[in-house]
Amino acid sequence: MSDIDSTSRLEGAFALPQLDYQALEPRALKSGFLTSLTWIAALLASIPLFSVIYMLLAQGGTRLFGADVVEVLTGLPPAGFEIGGGIGPAILGTLVMVGIASAISVPFGILAAVYLGVLDPTSKIATTSRFLAKVLTGFPSILAGVFVYAVVVIHWGYSALAGGVALAVLMLPTLVLAAEEAMAQVPQKMKDAAYGMGCTQTEVIWKVVLPTGLPGILTGVMLAVAGAAGESAPLLFTALFSNYYISELAEPTASLSILIYNFSGMPFENQIELAWTASLVLVLIVLLFNILARLVGRPKV
Amino acid sequence: MNAIAEALFVAEPFQAAGDIVIDCNVNNIFYGDFLAVRDSTVPIEKKKITGFIGPSGCGKSTVLRSLNRMNDLISAFRFEGSVMYHGQDIYAKKVDPVVVRRYIGMVFQQPNPFSMSIFDNVAFGLRLNRFKGDLEERVERALKRAALWKEVKDKLKNSGLSLSGGQQQRLCIARAIATEPDVLLMDEPCSALDPIATRQVEELMLELKQNYTVALVTHNMQQATRVADTTAFFSVDISRGGRTGYLVEMGPTRQIFEAPREQLTKEYISGEFS
Ligand SMILES: Nc1ncnc2c1ncn2[C@@H]1O[C@H](COP(=O)(O)OP(=O)(O)O)[C@@H](O)[C@H]1O
Ligand SMILES: [Mg+2]
Repeated sequence: MSDIDSTSRLEGAFALPQLDYQALEPRALKSGFLTSLTWIAALLASIPLFSVIYMLLAQGGTRLFGADVVEVLTGLPPAGFEIGGGIGPAILGTLVMVGIASAISVPFGILAAVYLGVLDPTSKIATTSRFLAKVLTGFPSILAGVFVYAVVVIHWGYSALAGGVALAVLMLPTLVLAAEEAMAQVPQKMKDAAYGMGCTQTEVIWKVVLPTGLPGILTGVMLAVAGAAGESAPLLFTALFSNYYISELAEPTASLSILIYNFSGMPFENQIELAWTASLVLVLIVLLFNILARLVGRPKV
Repeated sequence: MNAIAEALFVAEPFQAAGDIVIDCNVNNIFYGDFLAVRDSTVPIEKKKITGFIGPSGCGKSTVLRSLNRMNDLISAFRFEGSVMYHGQDIYAKKVDPVVVRRYIGMVFQQPNPFSMSIFDNVAFGLRLNRFKGDLEERVERALKRAALWKEVKDKLKNSGLSLSGGQQQRLCIARAIATEPDVLLMDEPCSALDPIATRQVEELMLELKQNYTVALVTHNMQQATRVADTTAFFSVDISRGGRTGYLVEMGPTRQIFEAPREQLTKEYISGEFS
């Protein structure tokens, strides 16, 4: 009964429709097979992800969730055979540099996005910069480091500022594109409403377009921050490293990613453990910003 | 060229009985090279509802949006003629269109509240104009006039987008009248609404007429007979290949519907074409 031709019922005898599930019917079999296949593929794809998280938790968790957690999070990195110590300067250094990078890239990014998304989306400058921003999102991050090395470090030496500038260079394209997208999503009829109320173009942007696009813009900011926090290559050439807490922005600064790079290659148990801990902390920071991105990004339109 | 121009139909100017707030004299309205509307004189009377009817594409919206320079936002738009508002031509060089729109408000076809709270939506124009008085009182008054107060008074903090379509449209009307504009332009404000919401908005328009001058575009002839005091009938001239809209006839609504002077009007209101 499974192969009733339901399209020819006008032509002759009308059989009662058979509406129950038919598990062995060819189409059902095919669908079931494909569904299981996707399940397996999804499972396989998530194996690396879960193994990384498992490894991080297993190896880094002992110190992070151990008794000396305060020392780990605030202490100075240990030297040679020293035991104990922590990754405090690196955590602070990463946060400071990401802060500097955001302070530079967020205002510039949003202003650029206002131009691209609202003021003159089709002009030559806009299409060119949009194209460049897209190219730059796939830009090898080490080149940002080399660029800032050539422009900043050669003149003023290694510093947290230089590191922040390098991260800003990396954040900018992501930010511009996300913010532009968010503002382009603001419906034209809302802008019309604002013009109809007697808003100038600037007022339309400040009072309607930016607030309406804000969730999307913040999502872009958070994702850019999360990306920058995990970068190591650009910092190698710009912020270098330091064993002490940052005391001024113009000096070399530790960062989590460089600390991981340095310590994981050392022949000492303690340093290797701390490298794992730093990795876990870094992942948690990135995760935090990703979660924030989802929270603020709940669409309101 | 001139010979054709001589032959073009031009409606008799409508002699309004009362004060005229906006005297719109269109010679030509272009979108780029396309002549959208020609030769139409549309006076808008004070504290009356002037309805614009006609087949779609005849330029009703174009003319309406010319009355507060909303069309300036379209770069290809070009207006030839004059729109005298209390004796000043709003298309004069020295006139700032942004200021014009603060006096001549607009309600659109699609409800378009901002993505902010109901209160902030209504307060938007007041804040824009740096209103110094009692904001809450004015918001309440506007919502009451827009017949929305009862439904929203307990959820003023909720997003304007959380309301139903009909409520959103009344919110937009409240937002438009909160700043007490002199004239309200409404472009098919009920076309996205169900019959009940339509009825509410129509009652609201009759209510608003006490204080405001209203120009209303509608594709619904019954609506025009229900609310408009004066009706302007536009049509499209396709005889010369283009699709140029023009005013066919304007007069008191009763006269337009019961004793139209033009054959075209007669055919349109009897439903022979749309
Ligand atoms: N932004 C625009 N750009 C170009 N042509 C337009 C634009 N808006 C309207 N038109 C044209 O102008 C004519 C009148 O349109 P409109 O005023 O919207 O008519 P109605 O409101 O009576 O339906 C139509 O032929 C339409 O295609
Ligand atoms: Mg229209």
